[in-house]
Amino acid sequence: MLYVKGGAKQNLVLRGARALDPVEGVDAQIDVKVDDGVIAELGSNLSPNGHRVIDGAGLVLAPAFVDPHVHLRTPGREDEETIASGTQAAAAGGYCTILAMPNTEPVVDSAAVLGALIEQARAQAEVQVGFLAAISKGQEGAELTEMGELADEGAVGFTDDGRPVVATSLMWRALQYSSITQRPLAVHCEDPTLSRGGHMREGIVSAELGIGGWPSIAESVMVERDLALASYESRTLHLMHLSARASVEAVRRAHAERVRATAEVTPHHLVLTDEAVRSLDPNVKMNPPLGAEDDRKALVEALRDGTISCVATDHAPHARHEKEVPFEAAPFGVTGLETAFAALYTHLVEPGLISLETLLERMSAGPARAYGFDAPRIAVGAPANLVLLDTQAGWQVSEDGFKSRSKNSWLIGEKLRGRVRATVAAGRLVHES
Amino acid sequence: MGDLHVMRDDLRPPNPPPKRHLISIGDLTREDVERLLATARTFERSLEREMKKLPTLRGRLVINVFYESSTRTSSSFELAAKRLSADTMSIKAAGSAVDKGESLKDTAITLGAYDPDVIVLRHPHIGAPQLVALVTEARIINAGDGKHQHPTQALLDLYTIQEHVGRIEGLHVAIVGDVLHSRVARSNIQALVLLGARVTLVGPPPLIPRGIEAMGCEATTDIDAIGAADIVYVLRMQKERMQEGANYVPSLREYTARWGVTPERLRPGQKVMHPGPMNRGVEIDPLVADAADALIETQVRAGLVVRMAVLYDLLTTGPKAVTAEVPVEVA
Repeated sequence: MLYVKGGAKQNLVLRGARALDPVEGVDAQIDVKVDDGVIAELGSNLSPNGHRVIDGAGLVLAPAFVDPHVHLRTPGREDEETIASGTQAAAAGGYCTILAMPNTEPVVDSAAVLGALIEQARAQAEVQVGFLAAISKGQEGAELTEMGELADEGAVGFTDDGRPVVATSLMWRALQYSSITQRPLAVHCEDPTLSRGGHMREGIVSAELGIGGWPSIAESVMVERDLALASYESRTLHLMHLSARASVEAVRRAHAERVRATAEVTPHHLVLTDEAVRSLDPNVKMNPPLGAEDDRKALVEALRDGTISCVATDHAPHARHEKEVPFEAAPFGVTGLETAFAALYTHLVEPGLISLETLLERMSAGPARAYGFDAPRIAVGAPANLVLLDTQAGWQVSEDGFKSRSKNSWLIGEKLRGRVRATVAAGRLVHES
Repeated sequence: MGDLHVMRDDLRPPNPPPKRHLISIGDLTREDVERLLATARTFERSLEREMKKLPTLRGRLVINVFYESSTRTSSSFELAAKRLSADTMSIKAAGSAVDKGESLKDTAITLGAYDPDVIVLRHPHIGAPQLVALVTEARIINAGDGKHQHPTQALLDLYTIQEHVGRIEGLHVAIVGDVLHSRVARSNIQALVLLGARVTLVGPPPLIPRGIEAMGCEATTDIDAIGAADIVYVLRMQKERMQEGANYVPSLREYTARWGVTPERLRPGQKVMHPGPMNRGVEIDPLVADAADALIETQVRAGLVVRMAVLYDLLTTGPKAVTAEVPVEVA
């Protein structure tokens, strides 16, 4: 289900960092020894024995991150991102695993397209990549894809992301059929009849600017619908990039009723509000759009209390010329792999809104659990999926620093705290800075 | 959590020098507006002379770029520039390189190569004026950007009110109709509130944007509310903006029955304004449009002198004007 470039696994000693794995209950200044890509020993003053030593003094060593929502734009828009560039960006952001969305050209809706991607990932991917396949053929919302075959081929889950599953009956059938694949359905919740013509969240700012409003109910009514269907079928559902308080409250109610639903939230929805759109910068245009301050507070609280268990970047690369247009003419989407940790450390952890431990859990074990694969962890015998974080380092985000082929970040020029100093993914050291 | 919004300013394109562009009424202070209205009054007197052309902007280049159709705005800008002796060029999207798929950025760079002093831009999208401002040296006048702003319309409306009612402060203005799709409404709300008027919006619920009261106005769906106003400002029902099936109103017939401005809904002495073009018999009864209390034709006349004032103000005040006083002979 997860694919990565082959190659020699590393022998490493990560020395002197504060090892912090909230799931394993590790929080100590210890050395971590990696033999042939596997964590072999935890302890003090471990002897290198010819292993490469990475000095972690003053740094935090944590399980590497898992991003459940990335657009690699391959196949079809390799000018915007490739598996190689996207996974390099992921490595730079501290990720050991990313999940790629199927809204490519062509759509990942057949075993042939998926198989070709898996082959490319085995040749190019710096970090582990899982591929979601489409729920409907061509993501057109009419006919189910051959989900059984796609799951056998290696699809990690199913989604029509970028588009909602409009027909309730199709969503129902997909949920029923997911008992065959045992893979989660991930849903982009949007009622297009409510969001049509919308370029930002409906509210005070859209009223003043005269930009078409995308109301929060366009998301929350679909969240309610899909939770009702998942409850009726007792199936698992993953709700993508939630942006509204009403959606969060629906998930909380569903959890109380033991509906098996997980949810994700993006760094930009946790940090920005629709006030940012006053800049008219196309790099604050995303789908779902930025919400009101009340929504943002609800999302932060939900991430803190676990109602939302995953941080997802929704990394959505776009060519420069596509974003150098007036706001309403610009496509939705921003990049995020290389800034997610720093953005959330700066805006949530430093002000004391959530703890570092919670952030690390929501960026790693939470997403792994949602998709049912082993979480990265700091434990003897576990594959080495580690990130070395400098929580003291301040830096300024600039286009030049990005490994991604696209530069449409909402954080250009922003000063952040928290840098990824090293990433080990599937036993290979894939990033150092 | 105030510092979470630090982003906003950082994301903003670099601020142009103050008063260099007119993109939104929000760019102006009350003093700016009063100065512009006073300048317009001066020009109005100059137009009473037999020789109507002033040499003020001789050698300056004003380019009108219209991505949307327009009669009164484009013609009045063109005439305003000519009355001030500026050279003018008018580009319409239809028949230009825009038809060949040229981006706004590239069109702006191309026109910028002629060193225009002013680009007057109408575009279907908010933010287009800022984009042109970023890639050219010209001062930008927004002649309408999407549903956002149409500042010279608001200024000419203020001028009309000032001249015909004598004051703006303390007046009660009812703006009636499709506020949701109206840049005229947004500019006028800001301008009227800036000058101390009271503004009440009246229209069908789906066409009054949620949260619009934050701009400092009131909103109601009850047409009888116009009875309390000194001025009834009628917005055009923008049929071209009504997406099919959006059901903002069940029908134009029902709109007219509920929100049409008719003689019966007005009381004597109330002034009526409309930015044009009118849909007679839809949002405004023909009897109202033609009545003595209608200031609609006056608004059009005000458009010329107010746009002269805006061109003059942008080109003779502000940082660039100081260095640009090199005599240029027009070939």
